[in-house]
Amino acid sequence: MKLLEYEAKDIFVEYGIPTSTGIVIDDVANLKAALYKLGLPVVLKAQVLVGGRGKAGGIKIAKTEEEAMHMAEQILSMEIKGLPVKKLLVCTPSVIEKELYVGFVVDRNKKKMTLLASTEGGVDIEQVAEKTPEKIYKVTIDPIIGLQEHEARNTARKLGYTGEALVSLTSIIDTLGRIMQDKDAELIEINPLAITPEGFEALDAKLIIDDNAMFRHPEFAKDMKETQEFTPIEKAAKEAGLAYVELDGDIGIIGCGAGLVMASLDVVNHYGGAPANFLDIGGGATAENMKKALEIITMKSGLKSIFVNIFGGITKCDEVAKGILEFNPPVPVYVRMMGTNEEEAKRILNEAGYDLYGSMQEAAEAAVKGGK
Amino acid sequence: MAILVNEKTKIVVQGATGRQGQFHTRRMKAYGTNIVGGVTPGKGGAMLDDIPIFDTVEEAGADAAILFVPARLMRSAAVEAIANGLSPVVCITEHVPIKDAMFIQEYARQAGADVVGPNTPGLISPGKALLGILPPHIFAEGSIGLLSRSGTLTYEIIDEMTKNKLGQSTAIGIGGDPVIGMDFISTLQRFEDDKDTKAMVMIGEIGGNAEELAAEYIKEHITKPVVSYIAGKTAPPGKRMGHAGAVISGNTGTAESKIHALNAVGVPVATMPHEVPQLLRDLL
Repeated sequence: MKLLEYEAKDIFVEYGIPTSTGIVIDDVANLKAALYKLGLPVVLKAQVLVGGRGKAGGIKIAKTEEEAMHMAEQILSMEIKGLPVKKLLVCTPSVIEKELYVGFVVDRNKKKMTLLASTEGGVDIEQVAEKTPEKIYKVTIDPIIGLQEHEARNTARKLGYTGEALVSLTSIIDTLGRIMQDKDAELIEINPLAITPEGFEALDAKLIIDDNAMFRHPEFAKDMKETQEFTPIEKAAKEAGLAYVELDGDIGIIGCGAGLVMASLDVVNHYGGAPANFLDIGGGATAENMKKALEIITMKSGLKSIFVNIFGGITKCDEVAKGILEFNPPVPVYVRMMGTNEEEAKRILNEAGYDLYGSMQEAAEAAVKGGK
Repeated sequence: MAILVNEKTKIVVQGATGRQGQFHTRRMKAYGTNIVGGVTPGKGGAMLDDIPIFDTVEEAGADAAILFVPARLMRSAAVEAIANGLSPVVCITEHVPIKDAMFIQEYARQAGADVVGPNTPGLISPGKALLGILPPHIFAEGSIGLLSRSGTLTYEIIDEMTKNKLGQSTAIGIGGDPVIGMDFISTLQRFEDDKDTKAMVMIGEIGGNAEELAAEYIKEHITKPVVSYIAGKTAPPGKRMGHAGAVISGNTGTAESKIHALNAVGVPVATMPHEVPQLLRDLL
């Protein structure tokens, strides 16, 4: 689960990281009160779960109240990369002398978290890694003992700090590592970590919590449900417990197993079709599951045909066939089925006038032709 | 010969008394796998058919373990198996927290144990042992080693191979999560060292750069022929395609990059799953 900037910053503050906070508003009517508390000028920051907010016009500085009202209205009515801006963080601008980067990411190949730190903050760290990899300092974290204080201190020294600044930076890095550990973060980032006349200050915050670890984090279940990272159909699928991803095309896809569904999309694409979605009904699907899956993929408008690809080990084909009949889709369905009770499924579908195909490539090709 | 397990390997099933655990324990036993016991804390002394259930792994006297325990118990259960010197330790369960997966992998690395998964269908050495949830009837004994990040896509390709009389030495699902135990490189090396494996099929998908690293490794260390299939050519960036590990982040993890890296070291990559048998025939 991705957290919004202000949600992540609340956690930073709780742990004692010096952070630029402010006031969150979701309505321009509340801006005046915020300005009264903060004074002018202010920074207005769109709270959305995508990168590149600044470039898209989602971050603005206002010098007067009038300017602030106008800009807030503008930002709260905009969409950034398809996501509507529902909240705005209003804060006092900081005097920035320098910008650093500190973060922890998953290294899939080392099977460990890696601490990344750089004097080149304020820009995308992937760009720094590409252009000037020597400016990123890395420490691989032992998953059993976690980040150690001396690793944070070594990092602060390698970034060029001494004295009081070294001690403060060490503490910030060490604390960030503790948040990562405590909150099951799969990514945690301060970018930029600014140096101001008053010392270090986290100007932005990025935090992604591992969805699989939610069972030990009831604190995230309560107020952060309004997550914005999914489309309405994706949300409906999530509630039904189905893995669904909305795509741009017009051929609906349902299959069992993530790899097989991905391959189904690729085969449809190979025959010149454009998949409308990814949907994995998983192993052992019932007629009810299949009906729900069809309901979800047909929520998307403009579907021309549907390709169903079942290679069942434990999936009973007759159950899937019954689900298709119960829903009775509004567009042609092309079915490939193999596995338990395959014969019964064939009988059910043939009687109802559906065609069954022997291989995934035949069914995919037919779905593409049938959708034209 | 086969890799990791054979008909003699003594297997303990952790989480054998749950619904999934019971079903698959019976199926593995029926296939001829040498199951010596199950472990469910508090149910020691019970029996599952003729399989004794123990409270601890220590009592079972096994060589290797397969785990059907719930995700939140995976870390402690896998550590118990590793602490008892078992290997391989096959973690079937999906949705294990990444922090726990990292802990398990580091503990296994220090102990010298092989961990398969988590989020894997497991492995099968056809005719010898089934250590997982793969449908055994589609496999056939033979000399092709198969390694894959997927489950059902593996069955699809295995079915095509078996129909084309290309049997398997061992087929292993390495897991669909971002952090897994045995990866493409370590598994390819096992097949390279196995005298009864003549060629390998490597099934990859979008996300991470394990296929690119495997390509470099194949160039330097693997002499046997390898063919591949990569799923997710049409996947959009930033979206998780079912598997937790199947996500393109920035420029990393695209199918194009993987296919390019494999082709560059002479590994043919099938455009569609059913083309794998022909690619194998061309090389054998």
